[in-house]
Amino acid sequence: MGHYVPHTDGELATMLASLGLSSLDQLFDCIPAALRLARGLDMADGLSEPDTLEALAGLAGRNHADLVCFAGAGAYDHGVPSATRALPFRSEFVTAYTPYQPEVSQGVLQALFEYQTMVARLAGLPIANASLYDGAAATVEAVNLAGAATGRETMWVSGGLHPHWRAVLRTYAAGSGHRLVDVGLRNGVTDWSLVTDGEKEPPGALVVASPNYLGCLEDIGAARSVADANGARLVVAADPVSAGLLRSPGEQGADVVVGEGQPFGTPLSFGGPYLGLFACRTELVRRLPGRLVGETVDVEGRKAYVTTLRAREQDIRRERASSNVCTNQTLIAVCCMVQLAWLGTGGLRELALRCARATRYTREALLAIPGVEPLVDAPVLREFAIRLPVDPATVVDRLAEDGFLAGVPVGLAQGVVTDEREGHDGLLVAATERRTRAQIDAYAAAMEKALA
Amino acid sequence: MTDPTAPPVTAALGGDPGTPGRGAAPADDRPVIAPPVKAAPGGQARSAPLIGRDGEPTIFEMSVPGRYAWSFPRTDLPEWSASELVPVEYLRPAPLELPEVSERDLVGHMTRLTHRQYSVDLGAYPLGSCTMKYNPKACDDAASLPGLAAVHPTAPASLTQGWLELLWRLGNILCEITGMSAVTLQPPAGAAGELTGLLLMRAWHEARGDRRTKVLIPDSAHGTNPASVSLGGYQTVTIPTDHRGLLDMAALADRLDDQVAGIMLTNPNTLGLFEEDIVAIAQAMHGAGGLLYYDGANLNAILGVTRPGDMGFDIVHLNLHKTFAVPHGGGGPGAGPVAVSPRLAQFLPGPLPVKADDGSFDWYTPEHSIGRIHSWHGNALALARAYTYILLNGGDGLRRVAEGAVLNARWLRQQLEGIYDMPFDRPNLHEFVTSTSTLKRHQGLRALDVAKRLLEEGFHAPTVYFPLIVEEALMIEPTETESPQTLQALADALLRIATEDGEEARRAPRTTPVGRVDEARAARRLIPTWDAREHPLS
Repeated sequence: MGHYVPHTDGELATMLASLGLSSLDQLFDCIPAALRLARGLDMADGLSEPDTLEALAGLAGRNHADLVCFAGAGAYDHGVPSATRALPFRSEFVTAYTPYQPEVSQGVLQALFEYQTMVARLAGLPIANASLYDGAAATVEAVNLAGAATGRETMWVSGGLHPHWRAVLRTYAAGSGHRLVDVGLRNGVTDWSLVTDGEKEPPGALVVASPNYLGCLEDIGAARSVADANGARLVVAADPVSAGLLRSPGEQGADVVVGEGQPFGTPLSFGGPYLGLFACRTELVRRLPGRLVGETVDVEGRKAYVTTLRAREQDIRRERASSNVCTNQTLIAVCCMVQLAWLGTGGLRELALRCARATRYTREALLAIPGVEPLVDAPVLREFAIRLPVDPATVVDRLAEDGFLAGVPVGLAQGVVTDEREGHDGLLVAATERRTRAQIDAYAAAMEKALA
Repeated sequence: MTDPTAPPVTAALGGDPGTPGRGAAPADDRPVIAPPVKAAPGGQARSAPLIGRDGEPTIFEMSVPGRYAWSFPRTDLPEWSASELVPVEYLRPAPLELPEVSERDLVGHMTRLTHRQYSVDLGAYPLGSCTMKYNPKACDDAASLPGLAAVHPTAPASLTQGWLELLWRLGNILCEITGMSAVTLQPPAGAAGELTGLLLMRAWHEARGDRRTKVLIPDSAHGTNPASVSLGGYQTVTIPTDHRGLLDMAALADRLDDQVAGIMLTNPNTLGLFEEDIVAIAQAMHGAGGLLYYDGANLNAILGVTRPGDMGFDIVHLNLHKTFAVPHGGGGPGAGPVAVSPRLAQFLPGPLPVKADDGSFDWYTPEHSIGRIHSWHGNALALARAYTYILLNGGDGLRRVAEGAVLNARWLRQQLEGIYDMPFDRPNLHEFVTSTSTLKRHQGLRALDVAKRLLEEGFHAPTVYFPLIVEEALMIEPTETESPQTLQALADALLRIATEDGEEARRAPRTTPVGRVDEARAARRLIPTWDAREHPLS
């Protein structure tokens, strides 16, 4: 159909004539004839807008999007307020390119500057970049940075880091040559002694998540001590919502803090686009991956913002760059910035508190069901793991019939654990500020029925 | 064409201003009385100067302790205190400080920021290599459907059949467009797609017991290419561009050996020129045991016209945020799927959507998969936008896109010839690279000055100083969605600027929210956060 090519037939003819051509096909004479597709693409012709949207609505209707969500595992069912839905989706933010021309890009640049400030505060570190693809990508970049800063190839990675993030680390390690050493959990938290004795090569980084994949709070200070004893950088993957209540990772000694920014203003979206949070210490700024916005002035001395330390970036350093990140997640970063401003000091604390309350109430309700046991005992905040007498995947299927997304099966399949007691398949459950007492009671009742 | 008072485009084109839209009646020859430029039939995708001339304070400066916007649902849950919920040693001693503003103040702040931001929806954005086409609003609506946006990524396949079918269909179409046989939709951007492609290349060689060390890249390549090569564990070997603006075949033959894992090319290349030797390049590479990687940044030029698979490429990444109208979001999110030929399919990242005999959909991971590239299934809502765009256009419409993109670029180039240098005397496809070398010599007018002057004229600037092999380069990609009237206005502006003195142009832009920005100061006195303004970090 080509709804979006505006030329009339008359205009096409005139433009072709001006080029000395008589047909649109002749535009492609510079392509050897043997390479030109002799047929049309094997796909349907274009549809009208209403027909297209009906087709999309048909597909959307085949997803069970209305389940009451108790699944987390790195993607959380938080509310997205009207202001956050509206503001970042203004045309000027949505349809701009990367701010290469700062004179006409102050809107995006200033929003990113404010985003960087908020992320740095969440992390408890002085510098945050302008976003990466997602939590996994941010972790990869942190490990690459630590590798470059230390000249070491071995990385100690907690088994409590999200299994998909660890999978992405492994994928990228095939290129970087990093040797990833998995460090097991004991009773829900990382046991660094499992590697400190056996490992000969000093690590470039320790990577630990807190809360970790099982929802457990890690001892970041202890991880710092292990890092110091081995001359390694400490990378902490932190949940940004928990930051409303918890001491910041930076304050506890993290060199790099990464995270998944989805909880701040981005719907579940079947997993993307999400937002990689990345913050680090000042001495690492010359190796910072991705874009960085800085404050400066224009020729008349007016305050202005611009992407800075560009000499780090791939478009200038080319093969000498330590990161290839170019397009990242700016629009999602703007969502995050708006959401954090909407929350404010009190709202972020309230959000974390409400998640923790809903989680506590849900956990107690489930543990009251015969046969349900805690998978681990370490303190949790917004998510927890339980052991079920029935295969968790089956439980998820059964509860879907009652209108619940029951959680995320977790266990050996993800390779999270080393402690024998944790080797049984469990269910990871999260409750956000959206879950009400009535929903949780009904969920627990459905669970009891499913296990009976 | 150098006369700024030249008649507006409709007259120049002899078109019929009264017949809008596709399928219009053939143009007649009625004389058109020239109206003022801004009122030209068809209008112009051109912005008045942005209105945000007054600086906007940061959100932190607007904060008033105790003010707030948040609002949470009633839950009837017990109101445990923080110390009842979490051991006290984990708790932060003081609340984390964020701006304290009303919703009204927040909305005002963000809205004023948008007044300081140029965008495609405001006007033309001829940024070469970036394909800044208009992004249809229907795609926004599709991505907002709750049935797509409210789905948790861990929900089992039985509960997400619509999503799996959408991704499966999109994948099949991308294979048809590129001439490939299998695809991963996980890479979240072009650079991630490049690295995915290089890791696939590595896996393929290693599965054959072949450890190679080098990847060939033309000197006109996008900067991400060599950076991705490094991250893929390879060394970059640069192949020069010859006098034609094409890959230097003699240099290729000279540098091709059994240590070369592959070559990364885009075709048309970054000069907008078709690499007509591509079949010979493919034969040479394959003969030496290497693979061909297609950087899909320039796919817009060849939709439905020619296919990377038919040219001999083994691996193709696509920038859905360029060719398939996913809006660029001020720098993302994008989507960079990677499609491969049959022999590489077994290495693709998983899981992949697959259709069963009974018509249902499930996930499957190839046997020799290189592993995950993304936390979940890629930038799914961006993928849904691209799928919507593809349905809207269809096979016929996508071909029309390529035709419009090439026609616009070719025509705009013609208007500038003789004034701006055209370093390569070959027909361009969707974009062209021009140079102000002569203008610089005569009147001191540099590419950067032209770019900044164009901002004053209400257009976004072209890409400047890229590719690196052309001096004072201006890389111009008008895209297919700009009308002839817009192109004429853009040409008029560029030609008017070309009559100006460089000294004067260096004062531009003066009508924008800020003037030229002191980039050196930003790096010297590093202020990356509001908190660093009293004590810059370097």
